[in-house]
Amino acid sequence: MNFPEKLLYTKDHEWTLIEGDIAVVGITDFAQSELGDIVFVETPEVGTKLNVGDSFGVVESVKTVSDLYSPLTGEVVEVNEALVDAPETVNTSPYADGWIVKIKMSDTSETESLMNVADYKSLVKK
Amino acid sequence: MSTQYQRGLAFTEEEIFGRGSPGRSGVDFSDGGFEDIADPAKMLPAGYVRGGLEGFPELSEPEVVRHYTRLSQWNFGIDSNMYPLGSCTMKHNPRVNEAVCRLNGFTDLHPYQPDEDCQGTLKLIHDLGRWLCEITGLHSATLQPAAGAHGEFAGLLMVRSALQKRGDARSKVLLPDSSHGTNPASAALCGYGSVTLKSGANGKIDLAELDRLMDEQVAALMVTNPNTLGIFESDIVKIAKIVHDRGGFLYCDGANLSALMGKGRFGDMGVDVAHLNLHKTFSTPHGGGGPGAGPVCVTEELTPFLPTPMVVKDGDKYKLDSGRPHSVGRVHGFNGNVGVLVRAAAYILSMGPEGLREATEAAVLNANYIKARLKEHYHTPIEGNSLHECVLNDKYQNEHDVTTMDIAKGLIDRGFHPPTIYFPLIVRGALMIEPTETEPKETLDDFCDAMIDIAEKAKADPESLKQAPVNTIRRRLDEAHAARNPELRCTLCS
Amino acid sequence: MRFIPLTEKDRKEMLATIGVNRVDDLFADIPAEAKLDRPLNIPGPLPERELLNNFSMLAFMNKPVSGERSFLGAGAYSHHVPVAVDQMLLRGEFFTAYTPYQPEVSQGTLMAIYEFQTYTSALLGMDIANASMYDGASSLAEAVIMAKRVKKKNRVVISGLVDPAWRKVVETYVQDLDIDITTVDGVNEGVTNIDELSIAANGSSAVVVQYPNFVGCIDDLQAVRRVCDEAGALMIVATSEPVAMGVMTSPGKLGADIAVAEGRSFGGSLSYGGPGLGMFATKQKWARQIPGRLVGKTNDVDGKPGYVLTLATREQHIRREKATSNICSNQALCATASAIHLSLLGKNGLQEMALKNMTAAKYLAGKISSLNGFELAYKRPFFNEVAIKIPAPAETINKKLAKDGFVGGFDLSKTYPSMGDSMLFCATELHAKNDIDALADALSGFEV
Repeated sequence: MNFPEKLLYTKDHEWTLIEGDIAVVGITDFAQSELGDIVFVETPEVGTKLNVGDSFGVVESVKTVSDLYSPLTGEVVEVNEALVDAPETVNTSPYADGWIVKIKMSDTSETESLMNVADYKSLVKK
Repeated sequence: MSTQYQRGLAFTEEEIFGRGSPGRSGVDFSDGGFEDIADPAKMLPAGYVRGGLEGFPELSEPEVVRHYTRLSQWNFGIDSNMYPLGSCTMKHNPRVNEAVCRLNGFTDLHPYQPDEDCQGTLKLIHDLGRWLCEITGLHSATLQPAAGAHGEFAGLLMVRSALQKRGDARSKVLLPDSSHGTNPASAALCGYGSVTLKSGANGKIDLAELDRLMDEQVAALMVTNPNTLGIFESDIVKIAKIVHDRGGFLYCDGANLSALMGKGRFGDMGVDVAHLNLHKTFSTPHGGGGPGAGPVCVTEELTPFLPTPMVVKDGDKYKLDSGRPHSVGRVHGFNGNVGVLVRAAAYILSMGPEGLREATEAAVLNANYIKARLKEHYHTPIEGNSLHECVLNDKYQNEHDVTTMDIAKGLIDRGFHPPTIYFPLIVRGALMIEPTETEPKETLDDFCDAMIDIAEKAKADPESLKQAPVNTIRRRLDEAHAARNPELRCTLCS
Repeated sequence: MRFIPLTEKDRKEMLATIGVNRVDDLFADIPAEAKLDRPLNIPGPLPERELLNNFSMLAFMNKPVSGERSFLGAGAYSHHVPVAVDQMLLRGEFFTAYTPYQPEVSQGTLMAIYEFQTYTSALLGMDIANASMYDGASSLAEAVIMAKRVKKKNRVVISGLVDPAWRKVVETYVQDLDIDITTVDGVNEGVTNIDELSIAANGSSAVVVQYPNFVGCIDDLQAVRRVCDEAGALMIVATSEPVAMGVMTSPGKLGADIAVAEGRSFGGSLSYGGPGLGMFATKQKWARQIPGRLVGKTNDVDGKPGYVLTLATREQHIRREKATSNICSNQALCATASAIHLSLLGKNGLQEMALKNMTAAKYLAGKISSLNGFELAYKRPFFNEVAIKIPAPAETINKKLAKDGFVGGFDLSKTYPSMGDSMLFCATELHAKNDIDALADALSGFEV
């Protein structure tokens, strides 16, 4: 299972890539493999304001559904429209083409509370 | 001794739309002697006349009969073989029930005929309600709910109304983590949030956890007893006391009443409100998913809140009573799935008090027999005394990369319907087996032999199980494709 | 007991395998205070023959209607259901099957339900339909709840000409869901008052009308659509007699966002009102908002076409408290019956059936209103039901009709006091000219 070094992680099995004040968010390889074949991704509208821990969407497989929780405070500036027709991209490319939303952070210091790859790996091991 | 599955002829059959030839039909009508045939173009306002029924078939009766006969042959019912779906109680559907519910005295009765024209049906509904109250040890019943979940909704509405009358509005219900999904969904429909009660290691309600979570905002604890692991909540009387002492109601999901008839009663355990599933415990057919019936039995305290209209006895006459000021209202357009009620009443009369107790004992004996025969071959995730169903899982088979899904599909190839799988959610890879009382011992043995054969195949030839089923008209279906590209109808038809 | 195969010998062998002495040992977890130490106080057991006699007696206590002599509809209609429908339903593989959770051994149920979904969506003119709800009334309640999910507004507007029992069920369903109901009248005109509807619709999530409506008339659905567009509300259309769709433009074509119906007329019987058959249809874009089960088409691993339950993540067994509905068991066998009936009817049969209904109702309207003291309550188009003002209370008239072997119409004065003495008469394909003439004869004693 693949967990890129450059990403930050959450206990809800999401990853975040920080690019300036923009955070790209998706679900981890572990999460997609636990869910199985992903059939639908519900994304928020652009402009939605999120606080840490707010539910902003869902990822559905055939027999399970998993809420997405915002890792950071900010505003949704872009959603991955390609997932509407090809939700399976989250399975095949969780860290690249399968990204879900981009959030413009209002407080970049919040990234400090996210996990690094080593911490996340040990969480998954449990 | 084992009944070997044999392949039979299975016909290819296309969807019915667009089939046939112009001018064919499977029905005919008398002309009625009318001279003036209605012309929709003249009778209806402009824009309200339908062009036609594109794509509808044009078939004669023999063609339609053959189509649905072939479809039926693609199906598996209890009539085909054992169907041990846990918590679904797939017992034999007595044929006499089908005969009595089709008597035209029952079928040709309009719900708005005056009560004096409907005394037979009203008496039946009234008496069935009394019998269900006796079986559950509760005070009065509504037979209006059309299914278990519908009954949950009605039952929780009554709880809500009773609390409101006490001036004690509450906000949530407590649910064990082994509960049916309908429980929290029904709670939500009544405006209640759900709080999950984590089961103890023995699969039962943890009294300490209940004590911690049972606060003054909890309207009801919804239990299933025996629970979805098939284990009786032996602390039920203490549980009821904790709930009642803090002003809540104890709701019991009666899905598993098959384990208790004539042996123990919800009312005597402290339950305030319970819904029953006539299509489970009382032998009415499931029909591929319904219709069922979900009567609700309640204590005297909750009786004023029962849905209307209620069937009541007035002297030696029966009538519909709508004048009940505290009622939660109407939950069905008419009087519920009455045809199902007729079947259930026939079942109870066929069985009598001894028969119902015997059914329960046989159901429990059968489940324990299966558990005893399979426990060395399949992991038993939760120790405890099973009643009418037992829960195993795929832990041993996982070592060979064989899952519960593969076991289920392997059973199909061996001529059995699979048990309930992956439920309850608290058991990983659960196989929940409910044989019911209507299986002969030979069939139970065949089933166990098939399960043991699968356990051996899991070690020796796991790939054969991954390929299963191979004996069916269709093999494993692509559910991900279905959900990603929902195709929910034939588009020929408009 | 004829349904329980175990013999004493079986029991002994099984107890030995389990390792207990008595069956009662298996019930040891039930605490003493909850154990029943006496036989249940219920009647029976009855041998099959006695049971049949017993139920024949019960059925005999009812006075069933013969369709030809009944003019009562009001949400439950007498029709001829071809014998083949019930014969097919009695195939044990259909009626003794559970919900098709194992698709490889449930293709029969699944294809039949897929056909039902197709027929429902086609008749109602919608993109998609679900696998059934309990009845028309609960379908309507679910539609109202879905409209709040989609529009996120807490008010719904319902025409007073929607079936009163359905409105009561809606009230029951929404009482704890923070949904207010505004009812708009129209009974004096026979159709929903569009001006009042327009005012009420402002700020609502949905507007609900019935088509044809409860008093038999046809609301101006195009106007209702305009009202909904202005208000940004969903248009919900309820139908209690979908046979009308054999000749009438579908709700979908007239602008409905959600169309619900009671499908009992296809393949069902009156049975004192149940089982019914809830039909629920909407637009493709709301497929994930729909309540209840859905069957979808897919392929198996060999590439052969097949059917499965799909989009199940909406449902209670997966999404629990966030499910789109709490429904689990539905009316699958009734849905199968309706698919079989509609297949037998086919393209021409359904149209012919609808025309027969209209023809008989038209004759009835003319014949009864020609009696002195009887007049049509509305000079408006109708399908198979017509409201008629009558010269005496409905109860009095119906008692007399009962003596003559008829079941009279629905008493409208109880539901709509402003209508005065009036009755809703229904005629279907079961009625011949002679039957209606005989009714007119029986009524002629009330002429003024």
